[in-house]
Amino acid sequence: MRLFLRESFIVFNRQLRMNLRNPAWVIIGMLQPVLYLLLFGPLLAPVIKQLGGNKYTWFVPGMLVQLGIFGAFFAGFSLIGEWREGVIEAERVTPAHRSALLFGRLYRDLLQLFVQALILVVLGLVLGMDASFGGIVVGVVLTLMLGGACAAASLAFALTVKSEDVMAPVINLVMMPVLLLSGILLPMSFGARWLQRLSDFMPIKHVVNAVRSAFFGQFDASMLWGVGWTVLLFGLAVWWGTQVFKKENA
Amino acid sequence: MITARGLVQTFHTGRGKQAKEVQAVRGVDIDVAEGEVVGFLGPNGAGKTTTLRMLTTLLKPTAGTATVAGYDVATQSVQVRRSIGYCSQVGSTFSGAFAGDEVVDHGMLYGMSRRDAVAHGQELFERLQLDGLWRRMPKNMSGGQKRRLDIAMALIHSPSLVFLDEPTTGLDPQARINLWRHIDDLRAKQGATVFLTTHYLDEADALADRIVIIDRGEIVASDTADNLKAAVAGDLVDLEVTDGSQVATARDKLATISGSVEVEGTHVRGRVARAGKAVPGLLRDLESSGISLESIEVARPTLDDVFLTLTGRSLRDAEAATEDPAQHRSEGGAA
Repeated sequence: MRLFLRESFIVFNRQLRMNLRNPAWVIIGMLQPVLYLLLFGPLLAPVIKQLGGNKYTWFVPGMLVQLGIFGAFFAGFSLIGEWREGVIEAERVTPAHRSALLFGRLYRDLLQLFVQALILVVLGLVLGMDASFGGIVVGVVLTLMLGGACAAASLAFALTVKSEDVMAPVINLVMMPVLLLSGILLPMSFGARWLQRLSDFMPIKHVVNAVRSAFFGQFDASMLWGVGWTVLLFGLAVWWGTQVFKKENA
Repeated sequence: MITARGLVQTFHTGRGKQAKEVQAVRGVDIDVAEGEVVGFLGPNGAGKTTTLRMLTTLLKPTAGTATVAGYDVATQSVQVRRSIGYCSQVGSTFSGAFAGDEVVDHGMLYGMSRRDAVAHGQELFERLQLDGLWRRMPKNMSGGQKRRLDIAMALIHSPSLVFLDEPTTGLDPQARINLWRHIDDLRAKQGATVFLTTHYLDEADALADRIVIIDRGEIVASDTADNLKAAVAGDLVDLEVTDGSQVATARDKLATISGSVEVEGTHVRGRVARAGKAVPGLLRDLESSGISLESIEVARPTLDDVFLTLTGRSLRDAEAATEDPAQHRSEGGAA
């Protein structure tokens, strides 16, 4: 275990160093949640008024989940670049645990997501968000687990298809229904009944509801569903990623 | 250092009706002794890279066994990886990272401390003429510098066995010769055993103690370059007869020391094993028979001649005609 942690932190350090060397991406990554909150928040205000409650307490959790999904799903693109340059093969021929090669990259994605989440939460609080510390912690942890699941799935998929041309349309295909049916930006209760029923089959909707419940301090049944789905998605995606990285000739 | 018996690698390509099984490597046996430099020669698609990927634990053999540095590639893959250095033909460093960082991180994945990895990395940079490039990104390096950096990556943990996959592909002639010198030094200065794949005849000739030739997934020869040339192809003896009426007699005389004789105009040609010893006798024989020669040429055979004799095709022609399924699966490039 100690060896695995050491190896995964070597990979993490390397990845982090490469990310920090490219400040443009770091700044864009940080700006994204800020812009959403500042520009989309006011647009949403009249809609949220109908539901009652603090608009930022409603909106920030959705933004957190969106960040967790969107940012993480693109993690695989950089992996394809590394694979093309022979980095993955060079790492796979070292005695390091092959799953450490996945986890090192996951740590990087989670750290990036954590920093973005912090910025979003702090800015939300500045703008008037009303949420308990415990609720924020639970919400951020759920977001990190969902982001981890998406990043692991993206890395696994990238190493399977090894082509940006395949990755991009597939991510778009997955993201579209996720965005529309999970109530990230607008409450599903505003939609037609059939749309609401359909959205019940969208796991991310339950995660969004759980993060929102945590921020509102409502630890009810929706929280259980959300936590259940988050743990399941995280477990499945990490298992898939580990299998792909361990696979011969990956 | 390497013992492989009956290595087989089968790939399945296509789906449905177009599904087919491709046997990229068909029962390969290889023996490499400690300290040897072995050139694994063959055209693109012959199975070189597939074999190498099996020996470096990147690909599980479909059948057969192999031990590398004393460990079984199938059951002791971690021990094998710890003992070997591997330089892939596509490179091993990220173009946007600092060269020194890449080498140090790579060394640390082998269990080295940061301090040891930095010290050894800097020593390797000096030895491989990469001084001053520690903080340079590979994207800003020349092709030769990048390949030397890949070799530094492969050597950072001081392996006793180094696999080099097409180390000089894509380099200009000067950079190639420079890299050969460094590959030569691997044994001379580090005592390493080297197993290198190449499709360059001159490279195999210049670097390897022994050459293993693979074609269509099968080993067709394994010996020193000199022995292969002598035993398999022989020297080319070209007699130009002054009087056209004497061509038939000259052909009969040459046939006494050559298995295959061809006639083209007044030229009589044949392959002769160790011509240096046989030709003086032939000349005396021709002289005593009253055959006058305009000229005589003795040419040492090339490895391409060896390949031609063994497979019935030229290495260069074979390169154009074949492709390696493993290569396409793993790298989408040339073998």
